Amino acid sequence: MKFRPIWAQAVEELRMTLERGETLLVTFGIPIVLLIFFAKVSVFSTGTLHGVAFVAPGILALAVMSSSMVSLGIATGFERSYGVLRRIGMTPLGRRALISAKILAIIKIEVLQMIILSAIAFGLGWHPGSRLPEAVAALILASIAFGGIGLLLAGTLRAEATLALANGLYVIFLLIGGIIFPLDKLGAFASFARLLPGAALTNILHPLLSGAHAPVSAWIILGVWAVLGPVSAARLFRFE
Amino acid sequence: MPAIEVRNLTVHFGDFCAVNDISFDVDMGEVVTLLGPNGAGKTTTIETVEGFREPGAGTVRVLGLDPVTDHSRLMDALGVMLQGLGIYPQLPPLRALRLFGAYYENPRDPSELLETVNLTHVAKTPAKRLSGGERQRLALALCLVGRPKVVLLDEPTSGIDPAGRIKVRSIISGLRDEGVAIILTTHELDEAERLADRVIIISEGSIVSSGSIQDLTRTSNAVRFQTTTPIDREMLTRELNIMVEICGSLSYRVLTDDPSRVIAPLTAWLATNHHEILNLRSGGDSLEEIYLAVTQPQLNDQRVRTSRISRTRSSRRARGG
Repeated sequence: MKFRPIWAQAVEELRMTLERGETLLVTFGIPIVLLIFFAKVSVFSTGTLHGVAFVAPGILALAVMSSSMVSLGIATGFERSYGVLRRIGMTPLGRRALISAKILAIIKIEVLQMIILSAIAFGLGWHPGSRLPEAVAALILASIAFGGIGLLLAGTLRAEATLALANGLYVIFLLIGGIIFPLDKLGAFASFARLLPGAALTNILHPLLSGAHAPVSAWIILGVWAVLGPVSAARLFRFE
Repeated sequence: MPAIEVRNLTVHFGDFCAVNDISFDVDMGEVVTLLGPNGAGKTTTIETVEGFREPGAGTVRVLGLDPVTDHSRLMDALGVMLQGLGIYPQLPPLRALRLFGAYYENPRDPSELLETVNLTHVAKTPAKRLSGGERQRLALALCLVGRPKVVLLDEPTSGIDPAGRIKVRSIISGLRDEGVAIILTTHELDEAERLADRVIIISEGSIVSSGSIQDLTRTSNAVRFQTTTPIDREMLTRELNIMVEICGSLSYRVLTDDPSRVIAPLTAWLATNHHEILNLRSGGDSLEEIYLAVTQPQLNDQRVRTSRISRTRSSRRARGG
């Protein structure tokens, strides 16, 4: 694999992603609006953490999910149905380099998301503490897990089904991922929710970004998803 | 060494045999057309040559490489155009060509290429807003951006208007003159006749006929004629001792080794029996006649039927008028 074609592909992937209005809405619009709204308005009791301290880590998690699963999955699903993936398999770039370029583009978007959302959160009075490197590691792990799930949907379902399911998972994650409602308010759902990658991520980010240790169980759950997602995508992905 | 070598290629989809023991070569600077009805196995053959499918049996070599195991090495030298597929709907032609150009060592200039395929006026229009013909020409440009030595075109002119077709044909001829080896598929005879150095007619997965257009059309000698009124074939056979076949509505064919001996008595007989001649020619079969004969042998019966129907119609018209 040569780097120049991959870089060119990643630049164009990034540009195309930023040109899609609906993608901008789920990757930037909704997270920004939710961050500001729930930082300012205490709709629900959020336990020991209040306002921006509770909502900021969850929104970072949502942002990672929106780009690595929703945006990547939907775009790849449609490219598959348009025969773009098939066509690029017939160029020197090849499929493996194409996937690498997509990952590069997603990393760029996530960096952009983290910068913008953190800046807004700081502006709203957020103090994330000193455990940032661990938090970044968790976000990367989650990105791998969600990216795998996104590609799994894109490579096995029709494009329209991927679109619906990815957006559906986004909403489900928003509701039971510990982003706007704390997990312990979910009652019977909580133990199920904790096994999902979204809640595992917020279970790690909440304590880390308020200066405490993250539970090992959450790291393990997230780690399992980070293996399960990409491996099943690699095994089951059909280019046509 | 030929640019493309296909030896005893067989491809199965489950129980269905899509390609059955096909062998052919394509040299550098040669255009070979795979001609056949839809579902004949043309696209499957192309897909195997490009390495998208593995042969079930037999071998395929392109520039001496195995398209499956040496896939990435081969891609530098191969240009493909898939049936209306493989274009980012969001990308305008200029950006698409720049992107694809970045995959290759020594790409063609995107603007010049747009000029060549007549897309300069839509260089910045997203592909999804282009017409079918414009999209086809963009697909052709994408196929050529890397200066390929071997080009595979799956129905390159389908959905293109006549002006666009002429353009595409001239581009293909230009590639041949540069020494590019080209396989193209079509189900349009006209296309094959205009472009191909060699035609391979495929039907139900097998090669049923192949050769240059001249070779194919020289195989049989006949006198063909068309009249305005139906003739009595039995009477003609009785009186002139020649066999007449029906090959269309009021169209007839006499198979003979020596057309000049048939034409004079035939025209005299037609004049005596008050049949007006619409046209008359001697020589080999046209590509269309060969194609229909080899791909649809059952059609000869249909021809008789159609010709009967049209006779009834014309007699009705005659009565009415």
